[in-house]
Parts: sequence; structure tokens; C-alpha cells
Amino acid sequence: MSILKKALTTAALASALLATTAQAETMRIALVAKALGIGFFEAANKGAQEAAKELGDVEIIYTGPTDTTAEGQIEVINSLIAQKVDAIAVSANDTDALVPTLKKAMDRGITVISWDSGVAPDGRQMQLNPSSSPLIGNMIIKLAADNLPADPPSEVAVLSATTTSTNQNTWIEEMKKVEGNYPNVKVVGTVYGDDLADKSYREAQGLMQTYPDLKAIIAPTSVGIVAAAQAVTDAGKIGQVNVTGLGLPSEMAGHVKSGASKSFAIWNPIDLGYSATMIAYHLAKGDAKAEPGAKIPTGRMGEVTLDDKTEAAMADPFVYDASNIDQFSSIF
Amino acid sequence: MTEHLGRQIPDRLTSPLTRALKSWEALLLVVAVLIFIANSLASPYFLDPWNLSDASFNFTEKAMIAFAVALLIISGEIDLSVGSIIALSSTVMGLAMTAGAGTPVLVLLGLATGLACGAFNGLLVARFGLPSIVVTIGTMSLFRGISYIVLGDGAFTGYPASFGWFGQGYVFWVITVELVIFGFAAIIFGVLLHRTNFGRMVYAIGNNAVAARFSGIRVERVKFTLFLLTGLMSGIAAICLTSRLGSTRPSIAAGFELEVVTIVVLGGVSILGGSGSIIGVVLAAILMGLVTFGLGLMNVPGIVMSIIVGLLLIAVIALPRLWSMARR
Repeated sequence: MSILKKALTTAALASALLATTAQAETMRIALVAKALGIGFFEAANKGAQEAAKELGDVEIIYTGPTDTTAEGQIEVINSLIAQKVDAIAVSANDTDALVPTLKKAMDRGITVISWDSGVAPDGRQMQLNPSSSPLIGNMIIKLAADNLPADPPSEVAVLSATTTSTNQNTWIEEMKKVEGNYPNVKVVGTVYGDDLADKSYREAQGLMQTYPDLKAIIAPTSVGIVAAAQAVTDAGKIGQVNVTGLGLPSEMAGHVKSGASKSFAIWNPIDLGYSATMIAYHLAKGDAKAEPGAKIPTGRMGEVTLDDKTEAAMADPFVYDASNIDQFSSIF
Repeated sequence: MTEHLGRQIPDRLTSPLTRALKSWEALLLVVAVLIFIANSLASPYFLDPWNLSDASFNFTEKAMIAFAVALLIISGEIDLSVGSIIALSSTVMGLAMTAGAGTPVLVLLGLATGLACGAFNGLLVARFGLPSIVVTIGTMSLFRGISYIVLGDGAFTGYPASFGWFGQGYVFWVITVELVIFGFAAIIFGVLLHRTNFGRMVYAIGNNAVAARFSGIRVERVKFTLFLLTGLMSGIAAICLTSRLGSTRPSIAAGFELEVVTIVVLGGVSILGGSGSIIGVVLAAILMGLVTFGLGLMNVPGIVMSIIVGLLLIAVIALPRLWSMARR
């Protein structure tokens, strides 16, 4: 008897849950996270909701698997295909494994874009990167320059990850290309902390000893920037040496408050979710096309331009300083 | 149940649980039908043959393995390395594909790797008498570890188009290749467990391995064969999953082992061994597929979904006990 009762309760529960599904003429855009319960993606959802409110006729379905597996994400996407959503914007757990499922979605007329972590070109119409290497390279040196006197040139050093880190090497290369635009910065050297906290710390100490007049350390790695800020703090050089680069607000909050780092940058997940929604909306509506060279409007973020791999960069990395660190340090 | 020959060993525990277990399959069927009705009443998208066909991927690969694992659990053993066997099989297929192997070779290698992994597990358990839970927790790390060494953070992509048939192909209309494999596997394992001497031996070993040995059953050989079968089914699942994903990463099929065990236990197979049926496992697999797909259609967050599945499982294990306590 109790078994039957349980069965009935389950069914009743299921139908109660189902009954809440609303139907209207609104466009339904699914924002698929790598996994639920990650601050970064929750923040992206906040941005997506903001875009939906602005657009008016959009409903956001924010969903994702419980853990970061491709199989889980495929199950989620299958159920979105079944619901005939208008667009899917996914941050992929696997570049390749999602392709067959997303192809099927596109075959059935669903707009598919990837954002943050991309899908191979066959499986999406466009990929939205949070930023681009030239923008990042420019941003990290600009952050250093903004906090230095206009004259004379100040000594600045770079603390990178490993010598073979593709990302960091590209960003530093891009940074050196635009060094001429910042006459008050003189890059004196690059050291490698291998993305290990203790090695990065020692390398930062070494930099301050080698260059006694050092005014700033640029660390385009989330491990390096924290270690460098700690080294500056421990050496009692807060105010003398500014640490900047790329880091996570949650890890950098203390160092921003202590003044060891005046500002640093990283992508803003809210803007990313906002832009992904805007792009998905315009593509699904048909008033923008995902082809090389195309421009797609992204509301308050301006517009993005697709390159020949149909990828687009959203914007400059977002700058975090004492004014906004508290708001973001709880997010990611 | 007992109108067969006198030497027959009963496949149900002769305890107060018997009555509850007897109707287990019927109950699963009722629940599955109720969920099916609830889903189709509530979601306009549910009763679409194509959608249901897509949804079947939620359980087909896991269920293939669950049949073999059901036999293992009935015999009193367990295999927690099945997800890792998939990873290793898929990696071996990926290596062969990179070397230019065609679809038939890939399939053979996938099956062979599965069998080899199963043989390794079986050898350690049956030959050296090690506890299967310890052995397969070890090989769970070992097999997947090899995949990680081979692939690192890379991936094998570019499987031949004909290889895609297993995981993406249709036999006719909405009936996928995987569904057909699932169906055949259900029939073969059903016959094997319920209609052959081998099946009777599995029950006998699970009920009392010592008595089974004194009755002349070669316990080690049967157990070894069961691990071999589990490896083989994992190999088949690896072919399907790799074909469906069109790529191999070392994290492939992560967490499959627990979902497989969930299906088996939900299907009414006693985790202590000695009882259970294939039809129960089939129904449990379909039930899990319906529940996850139905909740997915309502965009219920995955976290809530796993809570529901967890509660379902606890209820399933607890119910027979509560039942027998209430009768006392």
C-alpha cells in the first residue's frame, strides 16, 4: 500500500512541477552553464536576465548539468531541443563532444552559439570570447601605466606563468606590441613563477631585489598576481610597488583593500551572459547573421564583430578596484 | 515461482521480504506508466516520438552495462570500474583511429579492450580471491589513469563517418541503433539469467557461495565469466558513447559506475546478492530515463534532479525493510 502511495505522490509531484511551465509567444533563450552552482555562471545568468528584461519578449532558461561532464550537458541540451527553444547559448565542457548534439539542434532550426568556453566551429554559429589577446595585452600594461607618474618612465616587470604557457606568452607579446603607446612604462624583464604559489612568490621577491626602483609588477596569471601581491606586502613595499594583471576578485579582495594592488582585470561574467543573450536574440530573430565580418549589436556593450573563424571578442577585460571589488568578490 | 523442478534454487529470498519483492517489477511498471502519463499531460513536448527517441540516450548506454552488473551483483560481487573501462576502450579506439584504422577495427578493439579489462578484474577477484569492491575501486583509477596519461588535456577527434552509426544512427524511423542494442542485450541477459543453468548458478552463488561450491558449481569460473561479460558490455557501451560524442576525452563516462549501480538496485536486485531480475533492470532504466527527461523538460535544475533520484533510491532500498518490519 505504502509503495502505491509513494508512486502516486511521485506522479502528483511531477505534475505539480510540470504545471508551472508557462507558454507564451516570447522567445526562449537557453543559457547552458558548464555546471550549476558555480558563481561565475550564476553571475552570467544575472547578465542574461538583465538582457531579457531589456529586450522584453525574452524568457531565459538557465540550466546546466550537476557536474562538468559533456554527457550531462548533452542530456540537458537534448531536453532543450525537445522543448523547441529558440536559441541555445552554451559554455561547453568539451569542445568536440557536444558537436553532434548541437548540430542536431541547428538542424531543427535552433540558433546555437557558444560563449566563454567554446565549441568546435561545426557545432555552433558563433563563439563569444570574453576578450581577445590584443585587448588583454593592452589592458595589463594600461593598468600599470594608469597608476604611474607621467614622467620619467618607471620600471615595470612581468611575472608570468610558465615559459610554455600559450595564453600568457601571447598576451605578453601583444603587450610588448603596444608598449610604445605608454611612454611612462619601461618593461625591464619577465620572470616565470610556473603558476606555483611559492615559486611565483620567490620570483616576485627576486624582482624587487634585482630592480630596486621597480614601480609595478604585471602578473597576467591568477596565481602569480596573488603571490606577487603577498610578496610586496611582506616586503613592506605597499604604495611603492603596485601589483596588477589578471586575477580573480575573490582571491584579490584582500590585496586590493590593503593597497598592494590598486586595480586588476578579468572578464566580467555579468557582461558575458548579457552579451551572449543579446547575440542569441538577434541571431534567432534573424536581424543579424553569423558570418565572418558580420557585426552583431549587444545592447549596452555596443557590438561585436565576427572574425574569419566566426569568433568574436566581447570587450576589454573588466577592471576591478576598491570601488567594485566587494560586489564581485562574492561572485567568483 | 517454485512449480519448477525440485533441485531448483529459488531466485527470491525466502524471507518476509518475498512478497514485497515479488511485486517489485509490477510496481516499477506502475510508477513508470504514471510518470509517463504525468509527463505527457504536463508538457506539450513530451509525447513526441523524436523527443522520446532523443531521451532514450539518457539510459541506453548505462542500461547495457547494468544488465551485466546486475548478474554480478546477484552473484554477490560488484564492478565499480565500468566507467573507467569505457574511458580506456575509447582511448584505445582513439589511438587506433589516429593510426588510420577503419570502423570494423575500431569496433573490434573497443570490444577487446573491454574484455581485457574485465578479464583483469575477474582474474584478481576469482583467481586471487580479492574483494571485488576493492579491486574495482583500484582498477577504476587504473584504467582511467591510463587514459589520462595517453591523452592529458587533449582529445581524439575525427572518427570516421561510418563509426557515427552506432551512437547517432537510426535503424528505422525513431528507433536508434542504441535502442536496438539495448533491446537485444535485455533479451540475451534475460534468457541467460532466467532460462539457463548458468543463470541458476549465479543465483546459487549469490545466495550461498560455499553451498554452491559444495554442490559442484565452479564458483571462480562463473565469477570470472561475469566480470568478462561486464567488461564486454562496457566495451559495447564505449563504442556507442564514443560514436555518439564523436570524440574521446579521458573524462568520458565519468560517474557512470554509480548510475549503473543505481539502475540495478532500483531494478530490485538485492545489493546483498541472491535475487533480482532482468525485467526489473529494464524497467528501472526506462524509469530513470523518463524521470530525468521529464524533469529536464521542466528545466528542473540538475541538483534537484539528483536529489529526486537519490530519494528514489533510498526509498527503494528502505521500502522492503520497512515492509517486513511492519509485518512483524
